Amino acid sequence: MAYDSNDHHKNYINAEKGIWSWMTTLDHKRIGVMYLFATMFFFAVGGIFAMLVRLELFKPGPFFSPDTYNKFFTLHGAIMVFMFIIPIIPAALGNFFLPIQIGAKDVAFPRLNLLSWYIFVTGSLLLVFSIVSGGVDTGWTFYTPYSIRTATSVILATLGVFVLGFSGILTGLNFVTTIHKLRAPGMTFHRMPLFLWAIYATAIIQVLATPVIGITTALLVMERVLHIGFFDPKLGGDPVLFQHFFWFYSHPAVYIMILPGMGIVSEVITAFSKKHIFGYHAVAYSSLAIAGISFIVWGHHMFVSSQSPLANFLFSLLTMLVAIPTAIKVFNWTATMYKGSISLKTPMLYALSFLFLFTIGGLTGLFLAAISVDVHLHDTYFIVAHFHYVMMGGTVMGLLAGLHYWWPKMFGRMYPEKWGKLSCALTFIGFNLTFFTQFWLGKMGMPRRYHDYLPEYTPLNIASTVGSWFIGAGMLIMFIYFIWSLFKGKRASENPWGGKTLEWTIESPPTTHNFHKEPVITTGPYEYGELKTTGEA
Amino acid sequence: MAEHVVPHHFHSAEQAFESSKLGLWLFLVTEILLFGGLFVTYIIYRAMYPDMFHEASHHLNRPLGFVNTLVLICSSFTMAMAVNKTQHNKSNRASQYLLLTLMFAATFMVIKYFEYMHKFHDGLLPGAHFTNTEITHPKADLFFSLYFMMTGLHGTHVLVGMGLILWVLIRSNRGHFGSHYSTPVELTGIYWHLVDLIWIYLFPLLYLIG
Ligand code: HEM
Ligand SMILES: [Cu+2]
Repeated sequence: MAYDSNDHHKNYINAEKGIWSWMTTLDHKRIGVMYLFATMFFFAVGGIFAMLVRLELFKPGPFFSPDTYNKFFTLHGAIMVFMFIIPIIPAALGNFFLPIQIGAKDVAFPRLNLLSWYIFVTGSLLLVFSIVSGGVDTGWTFYTPYSIRTATSVILATLGVFVLGFSGILTGLNFVTTIHKLRAPGMTFHRMPLFLWAIYATAIIQVLATPVIGITTALLVMERVLHIGFFDPKLGGDPVLFQHFFWFYSHPAVYIMILPGMGIVSEVITAFSKKHIFGYHAVAYSSLAIAGISFIVWGHHMFVSSQSPLANFLFSLLTMLVAIPTAIKVFNWTATMYKGSISLKTPMLYALSFLFLFTIGGLTGLFLAAISVDVHLHDTYFIVAHFHYVMMGGTVMGLLAGLHYWWPKMFGRMYPEKWGKLSCALTFIGFNLTFFTQFWLGKMGMPRRYHDYLPEYTPLNIASTVGSWFIGAGMLIMFIYFIWSLFKGKRASENPWGGKTLEWTIESPPTTHNFHKEPVITTGPYEYGELKTTGEA
Repeated sequence: MAEHVVPHHFHSAEQAFESSKLGLWLFLVTEILLFGGLFVTYIIYRAMYPDMFHEASHHLNRPLGFVNTLVLICSSFTMAMAVNKTQHNKSNRASQYLLLTLMFAATFMVIKYFEYMHKFHDGLLPGAHFTNTEITHPKADLFFSLYFMMTGLHGTHVLVGMGLILWVLIRSNRGHFGSHYSTPVELTGIYWHLVDLIWIYLFPLLYLIG
């Protein structure tokens, strides 16, 4: 490298000082960091609601009132989905690393990027106001006709979702444009890191699916304000139409959540196995395939909602198709690790957790894709367990893998490895205790969204609630050491893990313009030049 | 004459323009999907209540709708001319065409205003607010819900378009654009054509089915 990593020139963090320089920044890295703090904050808030929900279910008999319980699980779900898991990887890590990984100085539209952060904050505030002004009790799905009738703050919450959607659309179209138009010389599509393929596929879903939730929430607001009648059977409307619209967005949204996590896992597994990824093209294109299929399977959420048997059959069949590109990914990750020299650092532990938990989540998804089984398990705790294995076991583990992988690059500091491992272990054990038990509860017939249950479900519920405390402890430790590391952590070198992508060739933390000289790419992915580990980690 | 500076993260003016154009096209795709939700709603309720759609659409004012269609088509033409003149360094002519476009857009909104007032007066309102007694079909309120949602969303887009046109008009007057740099005019133009195009679908679907 042309520079000496020990000379402390300006980086993106200290180049300009003061809150105002952050609030008006056009630097994609600063905007990424601002997203990271906002979304992680909501992760904590959503997590607190989760613990309260589990507290209620600790033993039979009410702890909170049923109304309060309904609000807690609605806010838990809505915050986790719309304010945390959908935005966090693309908007925080994607914003930070996408331009760097293609060798660009910034995203295509820096102003729009900042604007979408403000839109995100505005939407989040609307949702937060809905909590303050009495909460919402519809569940995060806002199903009609109940959402038209309930006296809670549905309008504020759905407006919040509407506004948040705009933020996602703008981020998505910014990313697609950046990838198409701003790649450095020699950075062909087939030389892009797999994280970017995943982000690219995600951005396409964001652009194509989000407008539909936009119009849906707009209609729901109109329904409540003007009684337009589209979803109200009393006025000649059809409540199932709402479900079609809702899931036309929200099923692809599940892939907005999981694809970026898969992208991270591809990066982390390659870096920590010290091998080329096995089947690069298959992993890359399977992201696009998953994105494509995600648009035609929404009906599996409506097997029991008066859908025609033919539609049920088709949606069931199409749903099972997703297993193919997904399995391709899982097999390729496994093959990458085979005979690799695996180093079990914290990011890798999270990536392995992802692999294990996501596989369970995915396989139980196949159960649910089979209509006869779904009819039995619909709206039971089996569903709750399944989607937590996918969303939390999958996406959140992937996110945490990425966060630990890139933390040294983003902030120029190392976190304490021992505490990282402890936190990961607590979370992993706690997670299985919390949610594996729920597969059983669901199979035994315990319904979801109830504040109380029959005595025979007690032991498994106690186990599940205790599990949630483990997760809580694991996450709390993580928050503490991350913040601690910002001030006291050991300085990170350029490339502590021996990563092969472009971000590991620049300073930690990067300078404002990322590269001193525009990089020229001459080789395939994960083999740019002869990088070596600086080994200071 | 203001000199346009290519933002630092692009290599060339051309790359900057290509990026903006791709970004706008993607945005327009999202617009089409946004309206798409309403079109799907339309298809479903029209299939459920064909007679009602037939009857209710007679209560829309066809001549006014037709005039508005013409007005928008003219505005699309003047917008295209504005882009063309800008690219040929004829800023003055471009500004005149932009002003014309703006006036057409305003005409459209004025006519829409009178149409709406008429509907309000006749009690042809969405959903539960529907009070009209002339229409016999009991579910005609759904048609007017659709009418107001679709034309309302479209009208909002016209208003946004007017804001954009005004903004490029001001900049055009200041001589910001020419063959070296015309991105905002071109993008506003593309956006405006979409607004026009959507109306060309709305007009027959709502007004002419009777
Ligand atoms: C500490 C970890 C977590 C615990 C203990 C937990 C617990 C729960 C519980 C008990 C419910 C209520 C189930 C019901 O009665 O239907 C629930 C619902 C839900 N959770 Fe979590 N959760 C956790 C993390 C997450 C994460 C990370 C996400 C997503 C990113 C998430 C998304 C959801 C969603 C979407 C619902 C559905 C809410 C609804 O039914 O309206 N959860 N969770
Ligand atoms: Cu789904």
